[in-house]
Amino acid sequence: MSTDVLMPALSPTMEEGTLAKWHIKVGDAVRSGDVIAEIETDKATMEVEAVDEGVVEVLLVAEGTEEVKVNTPIARLSGGSDTAPAASPPSAVSAPAPRAVKPAPEVAAAPVAAVALEADVPAGPVKKLSLRDALRDAMAEEMRRDGDVFLMGEEVAQYQGAYKVSRGLLEEFGDRRVIDTPITEHGFAGLGVGAAMAGLKPIIEFMTFNFAMQAIDHIINSAAKTLYMSGGQIRCQVVFRGPNGAAARVGAQHSQDYAAWYGAVPGLKVVAPYDAADAKGLLKSAIRDPNPVVFLEHEMMYGHEFDVPDTEDWLVPIGKAKVRRVGKDVTIVAYSRMVGFALEAAAALAKDGIEAEVVDLRTIRPMDAETVAASVMKTNRLVTVEEGWGPMGVGAEVAARVVEMAFDYLDAPPARVCQEDVPLPYAANLETLSLPSVEKIIQAAKAVCYR
Amino acid sequence: MARQAASKKPKAAAGSGPASDAPDGAELLAYYKSMLLIRRFEERAGQLYGMGLIGGFCHLYIGQEAIAVGMEAAKRQGDQVITGYREHGHMLAAGIDARAVMAELTGRAAGVSQGKGGSMHMFSVESAFYGGHGIVGAQVSLGTGLALANRYRGDGKVAFAYFGDGAANQGQVYESFNMAELWGLPIVYVIENNQYAMGTSLVRSSSETHLSRRGASFNIPGEQVDGMDVLAVRQAGLAAAEHARSGKGPFILEMKTYRYRGHSMSDPGKYRTREEIDEVRKTRDPIEHLQEKLESLGLADEAALRAIDADVKSIVSDAAEFARTAPEPDAAELYTDVYSEAAA
Repeated sequence: MSTDVLMPALSPTMEEGTLAKWHIKVGDAVRSGDVIAEIETDKATMEVEAVDEGVVEVLLVAEGTEEVKVNTPIARLSGGSDTAPAASPPSAVSAPAPRAVKPAPEVAAAPVAAVALEADVPAGPVKKLSLRDALRDAMAEEMRRDGDVFLMGEEVAQYQGAYKVSRGLLEEFGDRRVIDTPITEHGFAGLGVGAAMAGLKPIIEFMTFNFAMQAIDHIINSAAKTLYMSGGQIRCQVVFRGPNGAAARVGAQHSQDYAAWYGAVPGLKVVAPYDAADAKGLLKSAIRDPNPVVFLEHEMMYGHEFDVPDTEDWLVPIGKAKVRRVGKDVTIVAYSRMVGFALEAAAALAKDGIEAEVVDLRTIRPMDAETVAASVMKTNRLVTVEEGWGPMGVGAEVAARVVEMAFDYLDAPPARVCQEDVPLPYAANLETLSLPSVEKIIQAAKAVCYR
Repeated sequence: MARQAASKKPKAAAGSGPASDAPDGAELLAYYKSMLLIRRFEERAGQLYGMGLIGGFCHLYIGQEAIAVGMEAAKRQGDQVITGYREHGHMLAAGIDARAVMAELTGRAAGVSQGKGGSMHMFSVESAFYGGHGIVGAQVSLGTGLALANRYRGDGKVAFAYFGDGAANQGQVYESFNMAELWGLPIVYVIENNQYAMGTSLVRSSSETHLSRRGASFNIPGEQVDGMDVLAVRQAGLAAAEHARSGKGPFILEMKTYRYRGHSMSDPGKYRTREEIDEVRKTRDPIEHLQEKLESLGLADEAALRAIDADVKSIVSDAAEFARTAPEPDAAELYTDVYSEAAA
């Protein structure tokens, strides 16, 4: 009998990778635990170990092949395990166990994938950049510009970032300005705020905003309130940044969207970009902003590429929403990864004769309610989309503002698409049921259009 | 971030450093006046609280004066101070105007935080005083961040982070100790051990009651100091500051002290006896202790001390009158200073 060796998933979010190198050739005898190949994702190179024993019958994917989908057969072993029952299916599959060559993060980002949507950037030279590299470039440019800017967090320096967002920064700026911390969120957030009180401009990276709950006292009580409590004497020019929201199959404690939490606090600015151009321009603005800024990234977007203006002066103002698609029938308001879902839903709705206008909030606080209300005054219908829970959520706030500003224009009650009101489940089917989807947005849009 | 070379072990104990210059007579008189100012100021604040002129929580420093004053003498120009919500004394010791402090207590526009902070949230950047924090233990991480900034800039400044025996049980204190020693940050942790975390005595809340040892598992040296003796505080403070400033990293000073008043104005104080308080007042009072020293050294006679007393009383009366009559913030101030508009 033969056993297929499949392209392994090396992280929760990996969909494809490059088969960088074979360590075996046809005719080799392979034992369980042997390194058989090296696979590259956009973040790391990993060694792959054999799980089953046998003789290499054929290599199905050539060395150097890019974009090999997870679960694609990459090799076949013959004469497999002698304990295998005779009735085994002819191509019993085995998923090889990955072994890290370079340090691999506990949770990895989505691989680079072609994004159908155009990043809406102004005329001029552009370059394709992944979200992760756009964020890195923003930090590097601001650190070159201002010696008071530094980066601090877990694994930001020698490891190059848990999600490789800080790749190369240690080499350029040294360990005085790119500081690896112990796993101590409450403590290092406090140190960062204290350094900001002394006039420095720290960027505090949280490996995920889920871990920032340990530090939320300093974000709110120390950073957001001190300017006011000191009668304007003490500024906290600090950026708290990291991935926010649901990744893939990481369960309830690693999947929360905190936009509504931080968005409720005066003294904070809260930013949640969708594409790489906004990520870069808004992060540069956040670093220059004299106030504490909570900068919410999305793990599933780090690998996505978009056009980014090829200039060091690319700044996007905080507090301005962006109309990403023009339509006359319904306004869909979203932020972060959900903007992409909204755009997909809008394309599908157009086939059914519904022209949706998609508003990307970009900034949660201060919220650009004027842009949202102006859109609703045109479309008369509102759907909000967020990954977080609905009660007291961003959508609830958007709906309240629209009711305050454009009540007479509404032809239907606003609809909210959000995470179901449960901790995010692990099981794949339940997770899908829990999260917003393109289909849920389509249904909500049709409902407010009475279609 | 790598430690600086100077941080190599073994460390010298703070107390074994070069003998600090003894303060001269004028300095001793200044310490006396500063401690007396704090006591009279706090007594008056208690009075204004009773009259309803000060609202909310108000934590008095009476009994602990020698710590803020003695440590002030160990500071150099530009060194930062940060503490918790029992901070009126530290501000007065740092030379911050008594009127501005008292007017903050009464919530007036002329207050040091323009009336928006109140008793627990006062700041004075020009005096390198960074608060005034209402969350127990927060000042330890924030103060360690001030020290990180000093180290980043290489400006030779030392941060002094004060906290109580209660805050000494907060987790972030130890997170901060770890990073401070790991990176050799210039900070002196001053634990004001007044023996009661609100109503809970040290022995009821702490498995290790020698708080100077709390840095042991981070390799931070510590020392117990008689916090009722301003000269002992000063001496220990100078050595600890020298340790931190020379690149050897943090140092912990545990000041053994006592607060005469309740945790806050609303504390009925049922957790200790009147006799206990009276005993400390009678035998360990920091101001009387220094007064006796001044008299025995012939540095001040009764008339001189009376003159200081009169001077202090007039400062406090003036501050109280100012704080009582100064206008409240303009209503338009409600929405100012939520966000900074300053250019980066």
